[in-house]
Amino acid sequence: MTWGSYGSTREAFEAIVNRHMKDAYFIALGLVGNREDALELSQEAFYRAYKHFDQLNAPEKFFPWFYQILRNLCFSHLRKRKVRRAYAVGAEDSGSGSGEPGSAAMMAGQEAAMAAMPDTFDPEMVAQRNEAKDRLWQAIGQLDEKHREVIVLRHFRNLSYDEMARVLFCNRGTVTSRLYYARKRLKDILNRESGCPTAECSDREPRKGGQK
Amino acid sequence: MTCQDYKDSMMAYLDNELSDEQLRAFEAHLASCPKCTEELEEFRKLKQITDDVELVEPENRLWQQYWGGVYNRIERGIGWVVFSVAGILLLIYGGFTAIENVITDPGISALLKVGLLALLVGLAILFVSVVRERIFFWSKDRYKDVRR
Repeated sequence: MTWGSYGSTREAFEAIVNRHMKDAYFIALGLVGNREDALELSQEAFYRAYKHFDQLNAPEKFFPWFYQILRNLCFSHLRKRKVRRAYAVGAEDSGSGSGEPGSAAMMAGQEAAMAAMPDTFDPEMVAQRNEAKDRLWQAIGQLDEKHREVIVLRHFRNLSYDEMARVLFCNRGTVTSRLYYARKRLKDILNRESGCPTAECSDREPRKGGQK
Repeated sequence: MTCQDYKDSMMAYLDNELSDEQLRAFEAHLASCPKCTEELEEFRKLKQITDDVELVEPENRLWQQYWGGVYNRIERGIGWVVFSVAGILLLIYGGFTAIENVITDPGISALLKVGLLALLVGLAILFVSVVRERIFFWSKDRYKDVRR
């Protein structure tokens, strides 16, 4: 790469970053649940995209390609965080019991803890908070990867089904099916935690004027 | 069609993504299926709350400094590459100079010189072998362009 082409690539990439930075930040926020990680991971995703930017032959392919980098970074970050937390929980449990570090019982305990562990979402990230919104935000943190991303893309970035199909590299049918199961799971989590059906729960909190 | 077949239509109905024809078919099904009507109502309530959830918009400063954060990473990446290349070049130069000094020094025994040369030849063979293997696998990798 010559310095001239470096300059023009950098300028073109800066324009792309400015165009997509809000999408990148808010998608990362919806996937990982806190501001610092969302900022860090979205900027890191742009940096990784830059390293291979000259190989991208069509500008309209940028966002779906970039989205794959971003979601992989976010989910890999969450998995690492879960492993660290599960290890801490396992170490605590074995400290109070007879398990030794590295024993089969301790490792099984960590795996079980990991499976049951929801991702912690910062409640301060929700605008105009009320109880219903807080519970929903925490419930999104309990969804698995495939379901969480369709909720985030649809509700926080307002992507159409066709746009979602493009960024997820799947067909429309898969998008609608994932949305169905994601919303069903959300409904189940909310019902289980509140002990009341979704209808009653949503009526309990008056809706405050949203910006949408 | 069964209720199961209408699950996807239910989501597209809520999100205004149905074509006119699909909309008519789904509404006709709803009129004759209280179970789907009830489920749709529950999903509608859930969607109301979900639509109400807005994420906090960060202050403008974050957007103004956003490109700076990405640029710093790019700059540091280039810095590391230049630093690594310079380090490797200096190591090679230092290595050659040291070897030259050893070989031309009449005070060092011939056996040590031969041993050192054999060590270097072995390292060179290993290096060429690893590089050739990498290039061979890379050229045969059918998925090398998949990420793009």
